[in-house]
Amino acid sequence: MTTTIPSAATAKPPATAPRKSIGRPGLYIVLVVAALFFLLPIYLLFATALKSPDAINLATTWRWPAALNWASFSEAWAKIGGNLGNSLFLAVVATLLAAMLGSLNGYALAKWKFRGANTVFALMLFGMFIPYQAVLIPLFQFIKALGLYGTIWGLILAHVVYGLPITTLIFRNFYADVPDALVEAATIDGAGFWQIYRRVIFPISIPGFVVVIIWEFTQVWNEFLFAATLTNTDAQPVTYALSQLSGGQAVSWNLPMAGAILAALPTLLVYILLGRYFVRGLLAGSVKG
Amino acid sequence: MKGLTKDRLWAIAVLTPSLILLAIFVYGFIGRTVYVSFTDWGNDPAQALALEPIIRWVGLANYQELFSGFLQGRFRQEMVSTVFFTVFFILGCLGLGLGLALALDRNPKGEALWRTIFLFPMSLSFIVTGTIWRWMLQPQGGVNQFPTAVGAPASTFGWLSSTDSIWKFDWNLLPIITAVVVAIVMGVVAYRAYASGQRTRMLVAAASAAVLLLWAIFIAPNLKMLPAPELHGFNLALIGIIIAAVWQMSGYTMALYLAGLRGIPEELREAARVDGANEIDMYRRVVFPLLSPITLSAMIILGHISLKIFDLVYAMAGPDNTFTSVPALNMYLTSFRQNQFALGAAIGTILLILVAFIIVPYLSSQFRTEESH
Repeated sequence: MTTTIPSAATAKPPATAPRKSIGRPGLYIVLVVAALFFLLPIYLLFATALKSPDAINLATTWRWPAALNWASFSEAWAKIGGNLGNSLFLAVVATLLAAMLGSLNGYALAKWKFRGANTVFALMLFGMFIPYQAVLIPLFQFIKALGLYGTIWGLILAHVVYGLPITTLIFRNFYADVPDALVEAATIDGAGFWQIYRRVIFPISIPGFVVVIIWEFTQVWNEFLFAATLTNTDAQPVTYALSQLSGGQAVSWNLPMAGAILAALPTLLVYILLGRYFVRGLLAGSVKG
Repeated sequence: MKGLTKDRLWAIAVLTPSLILLAIFVYGFIGRTVYVSFTDWGNDPAQALALEPIIRWVGLANYQELFSGFLQGRFRQEMVSTVFFTVFFILGCLGLGLGLALALDRNPKGEALWRTIFLFPMSLSFIVTGTIWRWMLQPQGGVNQFPTAVGAPASTFGWLSSTDSIWKFDWNLLPIITAVVVAIVMGVVAYRAYASGQRTRMLVAAASAAVLLLWAIFIAPNLKMLPAPELHGFNLALIGIIIAAVWQMSGYTMALYLAGLRGIPEELREAARVDGANEIDMYRRVVFPLLSPITLSAMIILGHISLKIFDLVYAMAGPDNTFTSVPALNMYLTSFRQNQFALGAAIGTILLILVAFIIVPYLSSQFRTEESH
């Protein structure tokens, strides 16, 4: 984990003297070129979103607009504002439920190992990697049979269930680092499963919850396949609405660009403000944790 | 801790709801998908959305249709596309990610800012990335305007609209190609087993390699999957989508490699330098070998993402561009636009098998190392 590698073990010599084979100017040139690759699309995104439709011309794609036109944002808001609301509700509810269940599962798996716990866990984890296309048709039938097709609740159910493997994984790894002695001491004091969770485990889980909530929120917000399959117009999340916004041929590009900014803003803000925890979730996704 | 205490029973009780849900939603649904893929549900449009559809068991007919049916050429092109996509996507992400991690490991000023820049696309959805890059890759604008900055004429490459392809091969040769590739792999396994003195393993591997080769030489040429040659290759319109995918995901490999590089104790590097290794040797002999588990784990994660990617393609080239389509997209369209559920289920099952080839050995090896701790 980038930010949590103990600095004592890897303390770098203050001077970078022995590592000069490329030379510092070369290093910065490489970094600037790479940064251009990552940032140019974002420049174009904003430049186009802020142009008025008649100023969008393929030959002058790259020019910054002479006059800023903020109207695209209100127009995009009018088209996908409701979908943004759907996504927000969906992502918050699904994330909280998946995080709560994941925390309990992780606690049970890390601190009360029973025979076969690892096999059970491996079977759970497989759910994280399956292509959802392999379960989509029965899932669609199931949600429909429950009467939840076309509602946000059907989508929430799917996201909570398929979110369980990763939330359980992250919490299990998080709790594995909590000393067993802590749990044993509480057991000797007469505390049981639930008391230990409430008094010992839950209070120290905040960093785990932050990682899981950020990761899961981003995943649910960004998801497209379930959004396209399990909902209809009223409950559609923003990813689907955005794909429809930019799909048409006649649409001028300022609108989908403004829509893309609106759709990206929540996860982008989360990343910029809490990037460290985002990266931890990212690395935990590669199972090792 | 011993025996089944009350607390341990609570632990099992807490896990049970999740396990039941996952048993249904993962294993039950997979079983159901596989079953549906053996039926004809939806092949007759009148039955597809009927309340009580008549569903007949047809065995492997859907799979046969996908791999050799006259109408399913699109699917076969997609299988080839997804392989090319996966290879270039993984190479791109590993190369760029490693390069960026090595650069950041040299402690440039403002490291946190660089890292933020390289990683932010990860927080976007593939739909947002696709929308932005679709505009970047417009035929007369965006990237194609770059040459005009130095006075050259604008490029005319059809990033998302090209219909050209390279490295074409005849689909009829697929069984032979597969057999030869697997035979070569078995040959390598046999050679390694021979080198490390594992007699049984060497014999088994060598025998299967020989059987496969004999089959490829004597039997396979007489098999024809299709009546006429059918050419599939790497469609050039995929290049733009691969670039966008690398843009989004290379930050991930950078983060993995950077974590790995930071975990290599400075003493190891010092020791190599003291032994007279120059900087390049030091990387080749000390740093890269230590990073190879990370490379493997990144390849597996990226590979499984790549096989199921479809939202990026949907957003960039639209659902109906057969030159950029992938099986994951086809599954969605076949099932939910054409209501051909059985055929869709067969594509879903094939995707699952491809992903399982990657994931199952990985998960089991992860748990083996963990149990030995």
